[in-house]
Amino acid sequence: MRKQRTVTMVAAGAAAVMALSACGGGGGSNNNSNGGTTATGPNAAIGKVFNPSDKKGGTLRMANAGDWDSLDPGDTYYAYSWNFIRLYGRSLMMFKPAPGQEGAKLTPDLAEAKGEPSADLKTWTYKIRKGVKFEDGTVVTSKDVKYAVSRSLDKDTFPNGPTYFNEFLDLQGYTSPYKDSDPNGLGLKAIETPDDNTIVFKLSKPFADFDYFAGMPSTIPVPKAKDTGTKYKEKVISTGPYRFETNELGKSFTLVRNEHWDPATDPNRKALPDKITMALNVNADDIDNRLISGDLDVDVVGSGVQPAAQAKILADQALKANSDNPLAARLWYTNINGDVAPLNNIECRKAIQYAADKTGYQRAYGGATGGEIATSLLPPVIPGSEKIDLYPSKDNAGDVEKAKQALAACGQPNGFETNIAYRAERTKEKAVAESLQQSLGRVGIKLNIKSYPTADYAKLYAGKPDFAKSNNLGLMVFGWAADWPNGFGFLKEITDSRTIKPAGNTNFSIKDPKVDAAIDKAMTEKDEAARQKAWSDVDRAAMETAYALPGVIAKGLYYRPKNLTNVFITDGFSEYDYTALGVQN
Amino acid sequence: MFAYIIRRLIGAVILLFVVSMVTFAIFFLVPRIAGATVEDMASRYVGKTADEAAIHSMAERLGFTDPLYEQYGRFVAGIFAGADYDTGAEVVHCPAPCFGYSFITRNPVWPDLVDRMGVTISLALGAAVIWLAFGVGTGVVSALRRGTFFDRASMGIALAGVSLPIFFTGLLSLTIFSYGLGWTAPGGSYTDFAEDPLQWAGALILPWITLAFLNAAGYARLTRATMLETMNEDFIRTARAKGLNERTVVVKHGLRSVLTPILTIFGLDLGILLGGAVLTESTYSLPGLGKYAVDAIVSNDLPKVLGVTLVGATFIIIANLVVDLLYAVVDPRVRYS
Repeated sequence: MRKQRTVTMVAAGAAAVMALSACGGGGGSNNNSNGGTTATGPNAAIGKVFNPSDKKGGTLRMANAGDWDSLDPGDTYYAYSWNFIRLYGRSLMMFKPAPGQEGAKLTPDLAEAKGEPSADLKTWTYKIRKGVKFEDGTVVTSKDVKYAVSRSLDKDTFPNGPTYFNEFLDLQGYTSPYKDSDPNGLGLKAIETPDDNTIVFKLSKPFADFDYFAGMPSTIPVPKAKDTGTKYKEKVISTGPYRFETNELGKSFTLVRNEHWDPATDPNRKALPDKITMALNVNADDIDNRLISGDLDVDVVGSGVQPAAQAKILADQALKANSDNPLAARLWYTNINGDVAPLNNIECRKAIQYAADKTGYQRAYGGATGGEIATSLLPPVIPGSEKIDLYPSKDNAGDVEKAKQALAACGQPNGFETNIAYRAERTKEKAVAESLQQSLGRVGIKLNIKSYPTADYAKLYAGKPDFAKSNNLGLMVFGWAADWPNGFGFLKEITDSRTIKPAGNTNFSIKDPKVDAAIDKAMTEKDEAARQKAWSDVDRAAMETAYALPGVIAKGLYYRPKNLTNVFITDGFSEYDYTALGVQN
Repeated sequence: MFAYIIRRLIGAVILLFVVSMVTFAIFFLVPRIAGATVEDMASRYVGKTADEAAIHSMAERLGFTDPLYEQYGRFVAGIFAGADYDTGAEVVHCPAPCFGYSFITRNPVWPDLVDRMGVTISLALGAAVIWLAFGVGTGVVSALRRGTFFDRASMGIALAGVSLPIFFTGLLSLTIFSYGLGWTAPGGSYTDFAEDPLQWAGALILPWITLAFLNAAGYARLTRATMLETMNEDFIRTARAKGLNERTVVVKHGLRSVLTPILTIFGLDLGILLGGAVLTESTYSLPGLGKYAVDAIVSNDLPKVLGVTLVGATFIIIANLVVDLLYAVVDPRVRYS
């Protein structure tokens, strides 16, 4: 009897998962993978605005299971932070607050228009929008933007933020405005401000996608007079529709309306709530319970509910109707380490590609609700991505015959033994390692499973080539999310062999001059459509090397409390768009 | 008595000194013995995009390249005289008592500890009052009514209390009383007592009861067992033979003997809780020392972990000292020399 009930419940759960994922975007389409289908019910906030409203007022209650890396625009690198920061800061460009792929398009924010590139793509000019003010009423000038970018270059002071400006600006040895001979901290020659409304970026190498750099939070203006270095995160000076009313580090903060934000200068933000509260370091399961009970409006981290709440939501039609299950620009994959013999032979790497049972990979991430099976690196939500499947198999369960042929070609007809590493605290990655151990075992590839602490995984273990080689880490389970949804934002950091450092890598394995050449071509392609195609070529080239085994394109299950208005998933961040949200009460 | 207190205080200081040395060695010596380089250790304090030069620069600024005794000496000196930390943009002064500086949050550790201490003390003391009252009370009544329905039921509940983990009872209580019935504040609603005493109590009532439920169980069982033993002692029979009423026999003679072991275990429990009720604070999202420690461990923020460890050790040592002194009050036979 009990068994029968269990079977029934499992079947019901599976049906719920299938129903939900059927409503979800994707489904193998590589055009707009986050296109929803229903006006209400599951996935109603995917591809369109759910509960549209212009009603102002109320308090938007948000919570975070952890804490920000930093609220300082020059020192933050979390996707949710880049989404949220638009409430209190205005960068030169921003992702358009719009559902689906429209939300992955850049639109001018503090700038009047997109960047004006020089013919050689090494100089980019922006005009600053007139009338934008800081929260104290001071007018924002191009010098404030220059100062903000300059200080973000100082990685001793601001270690968390991205290093794109460090890498691409023609710095000529410049390191920090805090060590600047110019008393105004504006000695950086790579950025010019010919007048208060013009800013010119000079690059050391051509780059066609610079508008994405201009959309990073580090271009949010910082007034030098109010800059307190490492303490600035405690009192960030707002240029957006909200300013900080309180900020208790590690506990909570509150945003209220910024009286000096002029909607006439801002065509992008609705700024519906009067107030936004944020509780920090809140128990993750408690956050889910509060969302479901209506005590909370948004889980700001934006990666979906925890497994306990997921089971509860999928089993309850009423709750499921308030959920969204979008695809993200995040890939769960496994690096194949060419430094470890016999994986230096491409045929042995191909044997792994063929032997792997991707359905096991998908199960490890929670089945269809957790993600879609990936056959290449570039997620479908990224414009221009194409379906690439160089190592096909029936139902993605692996092709044992082809794997054996590849092993024979590699000179290892009976298979070989190697280690597989995963992040110790990540049970899903452990399940991946076990699944691969099983499926590769079918062709005689024996995997010994090793775990390493998550916090040091990239810096001391799998991401440290010497360690990975000396410890025979042939396979390394990993995951990657785009800094922004385009080919450069997703692929460069995990495929360019020239980015590989002695430690702390994000590219653990892909080392091939053909891939590097394809990247160089894509980075200098001026035409956007051709550029998107060029990044898809990088994806194909990377898959041809067989250095990476794609597993799953991530999906999260999001709960949408009834109190929320104007809700939609933006492909810019694969989260609810925080600039658009409002509340009913 | 006075000499005894002085001796115990000196002993406590020596113990704290040893704890600090051992803790420091665990965090800063053991990794080196295990093969970690100074750059490996410093890599936790730089961003994910840092290059080798930046990591080495951080290792130097953190003093990891200096001999360990110098690093420890600086740490101890900082507690008494304060310390300066080069954060890159500026040199930050960490005033005494400086329990280290977090290069992840870019803040001195001590103000954080002080800030979090209020929450933990509120939680621990409130819960302690409840579990003492209910635990000891239930234990006494159970012992006096041995074998009755009350005895069996209360000991059954006590067993459940000991067995159920706090992250279960905690989440269950939130689901029922906070999200279901709306009687209590949701998790993460802590307000300082000085700000609003009612909200303070409202946010703590569930954590108090949950924590007390766990601990009261142990006290009830201990009290019952000790009480049963005591009530069969000769002096109890003598007291009854003298014609004393039962209330006096139980409270003045029976309960007094029970208090000594209760006090011993209470001192330890309270000391440990004051060092951070990790599970309770995490379940209810209370920003106390325990949650602070968990967050610090997750982010590998060693100065914070070191700070919490020392504060926790201090609480345990002080609590035990107080308990030892209270023995004389509870049991007149105890004399200190």
